[in-house]
Amino acid sequence: MNVFNRLLTSAAFGVAVGLTSFAAVADTPPNMLVIANRIDDVTTLDPAQSFEFAGGDASRNIYSRLVNFDPADLSAGYKPDLAESWDVSEDGKTITFHMRPGVKFASGNPVTAADAEFSLRRAVTLNKTPSFILTQFGFTAENVGDTIKATDDMTLQITTDKRYATSFVLNCMTATIGGIVDMKTVMEHEADGDLGNEWLRTNTAGSGPYVLGSWKPNESLTLTANPDYYGGAPAMERVVVRHIQESATQRLLLEKGDIDIARNLNPDDVAGLGGVDDVKIANELRGRLMYISLNQKNEALSNPKVVEAIKYLIDYDGMANSFLKGQYTVHQAFLPRTYLGEIADKPYSLNIEKAKALLAEAGYGDGFEIGLFVREAQERIEIATSLQNTFAQAGITATMTVGTGKQILGVYRSREHDIYVGAWGPDYPDPNTNAGTFAFNPDNSDEAGATGLLAWRNAWHIPEMSNATLAAVEEGDRNTRGKMYEALQREHQMVSPFAVMFQKNEQNGLGSEVEGFSMGGAITGAGYWKVTK
Amino acid sequence: MSETQSLRAWLLTETPTSRRHAKLSAIYHAWLSFRTNTMAMIGLIILVLLVVVAVVAPWLAPADPFAQTLANRLQPPGTDGHILGTDSLGRDLMSRLIYGSRITLYIVGLVALIAPITGLLVGTVAGYVGGFTDMVLMRITDIFLAFPRLVLALAFVAALGAGIENAVLAISLTAWPPYARMARAETLTIRSSDYISAIRLQGAGPLRIITKHIWPLCISSLIVRVTLDMAGIILAAAGLGFLGLGAQPPSPEWGAMISEGRRFILDHWWVATVPGLAIFTVSLAFNLLGDGLRDVLDPKDSEK
Amino acid sequence: MAMATQTEKGRQMSPFFQQIIGIAKVLLSIAATMLGLLFVTFFIGRVMPIDPVLSIVGERATKEVYDAAYIKLGLDKPLIVQFFKYVVDVVQGDFGQSLRTGFPVSDDIKRLFPATLELATLGTLIGVFVGVPLGVIAAVKRGSWIDQVARVVALIGYSMPVFWLGMIGLLVFYGQLGWIGGPGRLDIFYEDIIPTVTGMILIDSALAQDWGIFRNAISHIILPACLLGYYSLAYLSRMTRSFMLEQMSAEYVITARVKGLSEWAVIWKHAFGNIRVQLITVIALSYAGLLEGSVLTEIIFAWPGIGSYITTSLLSADMNAVMGGTVVVGLVFVLLNIFSDLLYKVFDPRAK
Repeated sequence: MNVFNRLLTSAAFGVAVGLTSFAAVADTPPNMLVIANRIDDVTTLDPAQSFEFAGGDASRNIYSRLVNFDPADLSAGYKPDLAESWDVSEDGKTITFHMRPGVKFASGNPVTAADAEFSLRRAVTLNKTPSFILTQFGFTAENVGDTIKATDDMTLQITTDKRYATSFVLNCMTATIGGIVDMKTVMEHEADGDLGNEWLRTNTAGSGPYVLGSWKPNESLTLTANPDYYGGAPAMERVVVRHIQESATQRLLLEKGDIDIARNLNPDDVAGLGGVDDVKIANELRGRLMYISLNQKNEALSNPKVVEAIKYLIDYDGMANSFLKGQYTVHQAFLPRTYLGEIADKPYSLNIEKAKALLAEAGYGDGFEIGLFVREAQERIEIATSLQNTFAQAGITATMTVGTGKQILGVYRSREHDIYVGAWGPDYPDPNTNAGTFAFNPDNSDEAGATGLLAWRNAWHIPEMSNATLAAVEEGDRNTRGKMYEALQREHQMVSPFAVMFQKNEQNGLGSEVEGFSMGGAITGAGYWKVTK
Repeated sequence: MSETQSLRAWLLTETPTSRRHAKLSAIYHAWLSFRTNTMAMIGLIILVLLVVVAVVAPWLAPADPFAQTLANRLQPPGTDGHILGTDSLGRDLMSRLIYGSRITLYIVGLVALIAPITGLLVGTVAGYVGGFTDMVLMRITDIFLAFPRLVLALAFVAALGAGIENAVLAISLTAWPPYARMARAETLTIRSSDYISAIRLQGAGPLRIITKHIWPLCISSLIVRVTLDMAGIILAAAGLGFLGLGAQPPSPEWGAMISEGRRFILDHWWVATVPGLAIFTVSLAFNLLGDGLRDVLDPKDSEK
Repeated sequence: MAMATQTEKGRQMSPFFQQIIGIAKVLLSIAATMLGLLFVTFFIGRVMPIDPVLSIVGERATKEVYDAAYIKLGLDKPLIVQFFKYVVDVVQGDFGQSLRTGFPVSDDIKRLFPATLELATLGTLIGVFVGVPLGVIAAVKRGSWIDQVARVVALIGYSMPVFWLGMIGLLVFYGQLGWIGGPGRLDIFYEDIIPTVTGMILIDSALAQDWGIFRNAISHIILPACLLGYYSLAYLSRMTRSFMLEQMSAEYVITARVKGLSEWAVIWKHAFGNIRVQLITVIALSYAGLLEGSVLTEIIFAWPGIGSYITTSLLSADMNAVMGGTVVVGLVFVLLNIFSDLLYKVFDPRAK
């Protein structure tokens, strides 16, 4: 029989079978974890380059790091991972890591200090977007030969340019960029001196609990268990992360048992799942903050009274209790809760009269017109629409400009916005990650081009506060350091052109039998290897 | 009474006394035959209603379409004071729907002006001048035809920024090529007809021939086509709004309203359903009207 | 008549030579259209206020990282040089790399186009098998209630916002009733099981004789295909009706009736036989429309096809992907058009 004939008979038979029953009630297989998430931000899986949420989740399950967080006990802080222990030199500049013996990469190669040396040097040399997490310690492509060094098979030494709080350095090592790659495998696939960057984009070479099965951009990402993982083979042999854009769709899939975890549910769908059997809701406080920022290049917005007035023109509680319900809590300081130095002060609430008085004092009693720059995301548009509404009550006419992320971000980075409705997630689990951007701007000139700093983007000139931020990084004593951040945030709350509004509380829908899933809290990505069901 | 009688008689006369009389009489005859088409009349009535609603929106709407009451969000239809319920920011859906009709009419009206006129210009010039001009113009038309329509519109809006005006331009940009093709085909048949030759011999220039003699002959098929296209235009505008590239919030554009309501479809179906039904009704009305007009104006399809 | 044609041809060049010129002309016009298409897309991409570099490096990039990526993309070169380089690459079959997915655009298209093709083909089949008979019946029973119903059905199809109907359909048939599969092409745990041959899951699973997957694929494709099918049905039934009306009033049909042929034979053999060519032209057009125009359907049903690929790429300024996708879709459109033109020339006596 030729192919065509076979096809025809097959198709005829298939239709007959298909018509008898379309959709059988299906539950996911017991050794497989199916997750619905938005993964369209993943462009690479190379830990030296990956810097987006979904990529970070995948990376955390594929690459072990020198130190890492235990998904079952995030509040304990970093713990030994590939480094079994470490010592810090007298001057606080050199950290010596002792590697865990007997650990193997998924390829079968042993994990040595040379691999760790290679991985960190590689990340610095490639100089991709997240490289600042390492280079802020003074590592450069030129000096890594001396500053990041394997002294023998099992010992790695790193030397920073000055004294930093050890916790700061180690916290940075837990970021995606700290993932340790298999040097031998990677270098086999090097092309044009790219240190395997192109190959690692779509392949993995780690020693973590999972290895990459397949990745179809914007469709799905499949992980398969690494049976030789030193922490024990994970219970879920296959993890499929499927790109599902819509919350309602994720909810339907969860209700039908087609998926085990729904990662992007909006408040109404979470509420709707309340009465459904076999589904539970998990809550975790994440590091993401919602804020608005006022460009100090704008004359009206650079008036401190106007800045203060606007902070009183935000309906914090109204939003948190309606369309953001359950998913964002009111938070008004730049460090997320659960971070060292966190404060819970909430000095502002909606107060139209007070705002009006402040505006009148500032000479803007009749209000003014202003642009509101928002990216195309429903919750941000809703926040902006609410702001528009409350601003109007004090005479401020806000026109909204909505665009795709890249579009609006371009405007923001070139300091051409008036008011930007933004979100910020910490890059690594140390207070400096936010202090270094919200409260640090050593050179406010246009030429400085410090597009990575939020303070610069809003043209906020703060030489003194920048110094205070630098001082906090160098403080060795944890308690003193915490106090420094508290003071910094209280001042920031009063004077900065930033109105931090909310912190994210992520709500995931889980099949009732799923246990041990961690979204990663405010400090890291999701961990799948302790999941059972 | 007798006056209307005589007007009727005057319009129905078999022996018109002037050119204007003949024209009016023809229009009246067409109207009479159109009137017998129930479905087309339904379409017309819906559209007239839409225009009326748009005009008197401020008096008709029960509430301010932008007024938010966060505590009163997602109320079902029939809630006190909100016949169609409220949306996710507690705004009255009925009022938003009513104000949204203005946006719909605005978009449709502008596109219906821009696209056919552009197409008519390009098509008649290409058809009348012929030769190299014809080739270049038709090649350009082909390029635009070969473009995926929505993608072209999207690209255009993405380039110029989201907003109603740009959405109108973008939709016009994708809508003109078929008109150009049609106008060219008609021009080609008319151009070689005897009476055009006669006019040319009388010394009429190409500009005069195109504007005074060719355009009028293209008009009736153009009108049918425009009316039938209206539904497509409304759907395209809604599609752009749905993708967030049409009217910007808080504007109550229907497509954008569906997009907003889509998130609540499982528990609060009305937020997306109501504007969806509105879009459907209006585009159906245009289709009914167009279908009826075709029967009246396009004799090819309606000989009995 | 035959002799006249003979002498006509004799006066001109040899028929073979003529044919070559004809083909060359067609190819040239395709090339010109494609070049124009590329140019317009390229131009739009460059004036678009979305920064492609940001798509690559992300929000936190420092100035150095940004500048390096900017130069790597060749954005520092003059526009015309960039365009020229791009066209040269495309001619060699290289569409460049997608910024968003990181894969070569040709790989992405190879992966996504079958999904669109599968959906559009099934939609067109539904449209043809329902729409054409409906149109014929409506024409035959002109003015009857069947005609009215057919008209209303068609007009409703024209008037329906597809994305809205899709949403409601998904809600009712998947969410409430559970009769069909949800968004996507397969249930997640069925994915990556059967080998990819054509990329069209219905065919691949049939080849692999895996009926579980086949059934699952049907349950997923049925609703979007019906939606597209409805749209195509609306168009095809109206066109069929008007073609048929034209034929039914033609003299030969009346003659055939007079000769006492059965009504069935008159309708299907004579009248319908004569509209086949016109009909194929229209079907080709509608097929082309579905291949390029199902963006919203693809988005609603999370269908990983070419339409949503172009759209999402566009919104992140991934112009290589947009241009690649547009060229492929444009080419399909142009080819289908030429195909139907040819068919017309070959079969329609009037066009000769």
